[in-house]
Amino acid sequence: MTGARIPAVVVADIRKSYGELKAVDGVSFTVAEGEFFGILGPNGAGKTTTLEIVEGLRKPDGGQVTLLGEQPWPRNPKLLPRIGVQLQASSFFEKLTAREQLQTFGSLYGVSRRTADEMLELVGLTDKADVQENKLSGGQRQRLSIACALVHDPDLVFLDEPTAALDPQARRNLWDVLRAIQARGKTIVYTTHYLDEAEILCDRVAIMDRGRILAMDAPATLVRGLDAPTHVVLQKGLLTREAARGITGVEDAHEDEVSLTISTRKPAPVLSALAERGTLDGLQVRTATLEDVFLDLTGREYRA
Amino acid sequence: MTAFRSLSAAMVKGFLRDKMTLFFVFLFPLMFLVVFGLLLGDSGSDKTKIAAVGEGPVLSTLEQTGAIELEKHPDVASARQKVDDGDLPAAVVVSGDRVELIYAASDQVAAGTVTGIVSGVVDKINLGAADVTPRFTLETKSVEDASLKPIQYLTPGILSWAISISGVFGSALTMVSWRKKQVLRRIRLAPVSTTTVLTSRVLVSIGTAVAQGVVFVAVALLPLFGLRLTGQWYLALPLLVLGTTAFFAIGMLVGAFCKTEEAASGAANIVIMPMAFLSGTFFPVENAPGWLQTVSYIFPLRHMNDGMLDVLVRGKGVEALLLPSAVLIAFTLVVGFIAARIFRWED
Ligand SMILES: Nc1ncnc2c1ncn2[C@@H]1O[C@H](COP(=O)(O)OP(=O)(O)OP(=O)(O)O)[C@@H](O)[C@H]1O
Ligand SMILES: [Mg+2]
Repeated sequence: MTGARIPAVVVADIRKSYGELKAVDGVSFTVAEGEFFGILGPNGAGKTTTLEIVEGLRKPDGGQVTLLGEQPWPRNPKLLPRIGVQLQASSFFEKLTAREQLQTFGSLYGVSRRTADEMLELVGLTDKADVQENKLSGGQRQRLSIACALVHDPDLVFLDEPTAALDPQARRNLWDVLRAIQARGKTIVYTTHYLDEAEILCDRVAIMDRGRILAMDAPATLVRGLDAPTHVVLQKGLLTREAARGITGVEDAHEDEVSLTISTRKPAPVLSALAERGTLDGLQVRTATLEDVFLDLTGREYRA
Repeated sequence: MTAFRSLSAAMVKGFLRDKMTLFFVFLFPLMFLVVFGLLLGDSGSDKTKIAAVGEGPVLSTLEQTGAIELEKHPDVASARQKVDDGDLPAAVVVSGDRVELIYAASDQVAAGTVTGIVSGVVDKINLGAADVTPRFTLETKSVEDASLKPIQYLTPGILSWAISISGVFGSALTMVSWRKKQVLRRIRLAPVSTTTVLTSRVLVSIGTAVAQGVVFVAVALLPLFGLRLTGQWYLALPLLVLGTTAFFAIGMLVGAFCKTEEAASGAANIVIMPMAFLSGTFFPVENAPGWLQTVSYIFPLRHMNDGMLDVLVRGKGVEALLLPSAVLIAFTLVVGFIAARIFRWED
């Protein structure tokens, strides 16, 4: 595209109610081209509803959406080849094998049949090419569903909980796939329950709860902005609670059955003090995460 | 590969890999054809058998009429005995130029038939013997009437019924399962027009209907069943296509209302079964009471049946297609329009 780069996604104050329930209650955000944007939040936060309004699958009660300079609603055939969507519930043709699913979806976009095999390779399903969709495991189906969203090489990709139901290995593989897509200049908008994953993958995240965005920024910025203490966890018995509290920089110390947890905002001097006392065995350092951000924003513990 | 072709291919594969659908589309109606065809197979031979004594041109001409079967007896007494016992409706005794007809008073209809045929034959031979040119000539032409041999009405009837099953179930179940499995939403996100999706599905249904036609007619043509097609059987093709679109539209309507496959099959059955019975699938509607015949005209299957009968076994020409085609097209348009109005992409 020539001239000023237009943002890939512009969402302005969208709203959607189901009866009394405000599923999406005034959500606005912008995603730059090439950005990896995550929407986080617990069950029922409104992530899927938001995503489906943005994709043009649902009509918002109010607000504006612009994708790559076009309106997604009502159905906009000009836009459709440029966006790839993976729905939260997987959508497949009945009785077709993995390869046939990809070929059929691909053909809707005029993609050659060979692409199907490349996509299978990409998501690690080559050995399942001839297996019918209903005989795949949950995670395999999930990967196939992602492949179907990517089969026509879209510029803008929407993935609704792509890593749900994946084993750790498959999750990591998918991260690589998503990073590779982003490296080719594509824009990715995705939802997840895994805050740790979002911290690793996303350029920016929006934290959503009850239909609203509570915070939106780069994960590191959100965590830093929280000014939450770092937790240093020691094996119980190496140090008493009183001794721990005596160390300069320590704000608090708790003890439970197995460990002693020290809270501090100056981890460096505290760690060297602990090293002097020779209590580094089995020591763990836990810095604040998006979970702490969520806790801080909502006052509730985050349950994925 | 174009979207149209690959969507059609996807649907055909889904269809061929589903044993249950294959059963209901092919085997299930075929079972009815076979069972009814065999059960009712003989009742079509309606030659009247009578006892005969003597010989001569009268008896040989009687046999040639094709309506009378003669059971030869050596003497009058044994022939008479058969009639007395009620085994045969009549006996014809020829001795020289004298022809005597004895009939049982109990069966007036058979007696009338036999008397008519025998006196007709006698008159004809008399005329020939007198060497007179007849003043009136009678030309006869055989047409297949309403009282066809069972296989003759069973084949078009069961074929139409089978096509109504594949049409209604095919479209209703595809629609419900595609909506439930979110395939519809996913397709909506692809740059492919609704028309493409719809026409590819209709085309698959039409293909199925043609396959059904070939299989059913081939089976009925086996000597065991003895279907005889009349000249312009290929005129059934347009009916097959139009019938499919009408039933497809009904299926769309069912699919638009029902949320689950189970509900859709139930609803489809509720539509199809009464329609099948009232439209002459298993027995000729002409035998039904008048008001029932009137009711049956609201069903597209009735019109399809009529048209199929006319062109497959009654030897009628293109003119027999006009009314059924018009009704089926009107049905497709009206029901299709309603179905399109209440169509939903998702639950
Ligand atoms: N079609 C609908 N009709 C009525 N309510 C709905 C509908 N779709 C969603 N909701 C409600 O809207 C709210 C937001 O749902 P949504 O699916 O967007 O949540 P989510 O953040 O994607 O949750 P999850 O993590 O479980 O996928 C929920 O309370 C849900 O019950
Ligand atoms: Mg969701």
